[in-house]
Amino acid sequence: MADTRVYAALLRAGMAGQATYRASFAVELVGTAMGMGLDFVEIFAVFHQVPSIAGLSFVEVVLVFAIASTGFATADLLVGQSDAVIRHVRDGTFDVVLLRPLSVLGQLAAADVQLRRLGRVSVSLLLLVVVLVRLDLDWTPARAAMAVLAPIAATLVFGALFVAAGGIAFWVVDATEVTSALTYGSAYLAQWPTGVLTPVLARFFTFVIPAAFTGYLPALALLGKPDPTGLPDWLPWAAPLAAVAAAVAAGLVWRSGVRHYVGAGG
Amino acid sequence: MRAGFRRYAIYRRATLAGAFTNTVFGVIRVSIFFAAADAAGGSVAGYDRAALSTYTWVGQGLIAVVWLFAWTPVTLRVRSGDVAIDLGRPVHPIAAWLAEDIGRAGQACLIRFIGPLLVGGLLYGLQVPTRWTTLPLFLLSAALAVVVSFGGRVLVSLIAFWLVDVRGVLTLYVLTSNVLCGLLVPVHFLPGWAQAFAYATPFPSMLQVPLDMATERYGDAESVALLAMQVGWAAVLLAVAVRVFDRGTRKLVLQGG
Repeated sequence: MADTRVYAALLRAGMAGQATYRASFAVELVGTAMGMGLDFVEIFAVFHQVPSIAGLSFVEVVLVFAIASTGFATADLLVGQSDAVIRHVRDGTFDVVLLRPLSVLGQLAAADVQLRRLGRVSVSLLLLVVVLVRLDLDWTPARAAMAVLAPIAATLVFGALFVAAGGIAFWVVDATEVTSALTYGSAYLAQWPTGVLTPVLARFFTFVIPAAFTGYLPALALLGKPDPTGLPDWLPWAAPLAAVAAAVAAGLVWRSGVRHYVGAGG
Repeated sequence: MRAGFRRYAIYRRATLAGAFTNTVFGVIRVSIFFAAADAAGGSVAGYDRAALSTYTWVGQGLIAVVWLFAWTPVTLRVRSGDVAIDLGRPVHPIAAWLAEDIGRAGQACLIRFIGPLLVGGLLYGLQVPTRWTTLPLFLLSAALAVVVSFGGRVLVSLIAFWLVDVRGVLTLYVLTSNVLCGLLVPVHFLPGWAQAFAYATPFPSMLQVPLDMATERYGDAESVALLAMQVGWAAVLLAVAVRVFDRGTRKLVLQGG
């Protein structure tokens, strides 16, 4: 109970800070929603030229986009700041976080929740519902379960990428730019079918950095389509399991990073 | 100009990291375009695979040269009051900032332009120019793109004279410019009405025009006309920026002893 109170206090303080400048907050909220709109323009423009990409039609790619975008926005809202942990380390404020008898990640997430990302979360979710209705899928209990689990799995995978990047930052301070290029690169890629990549790159973004599990593979499961680069047909259905595995792996990386941390104080 | 070059040359690690990021995004972008070309039977909107690769990699290289991200130096100077120091200089502050920005762009050419272009060219191949005019046209156009981009950036930054927090406005500006300048997709991919809208703004002059030179999309005469359009936008934006700046300084009140 006491734990919940501390989290609630951290959350309240963070939110109050962000809501103080109302006009700025409104513009930023619109900004994140618009950022998503622009990603969408790219898909729209490409499909203005061609009827299908990697075997998927416009609406089908929008499904990939909507799942990945919902997952990315939610993960970014919750733990998007965990790769910024290195700032706490540099400022010396990380010791304060360690002193409290609470989960380190939980505290950082509660203190740094980025409310303006709610703009993108809500628009993505709305798009996902609309596209699921429009697609007229062959609904089975398994597909219905996948439709619910897919955005959650995507959130887990992107959350895992953010948290793993934060964990690595404890070991190699200079790696931050490289890990964030891979995290945001994955977020960009995840909006498109991974089938556009060459087989080697597609494997890399499936099994090393599990970007394909965020939008593309769950969408294939929902659509009942095969992957053009030759992944087995059962793999898309494993997306929720892969997401859990990614989250566990990221948790371990994070923990080893936090344990590696040695304060600089006297 | 030299100061701008040196100032940015110090951050070598940040430069490498930026080039790495541009390369990662380039790989993904060129894969999407190649898949589109395959789906369309070889070429999309007049771009074949070689042209798409050239468009992507020259574009990824130019991002940092032209600077299509949020840009805050002038905003910060206006907000902190340091702009008063710039007013005391013998040249107009806009001219001084432009010189510094050209230095910054020159430094960006070294690694951030060549790095992604080299990696992308080796991995995906580039279109070989068929005319001798292509290189000079491209270099001129890229230089003009830097000036046009500076004009747009400085104009948006000057809003800081009137608004305390310009972050939201800057974000909206960056997002709009990224779509209309031809960074995310070539402007030629857009439907006709959207292309017409884009060309009514200065944004295509910041990236799409130099990329059209690199991919030899137009003949020499049309290319020169596009250069003239860039010169026009550069002149208009800089003139407006100078007027806005002079107006802004009139209402500026500085505290000091």
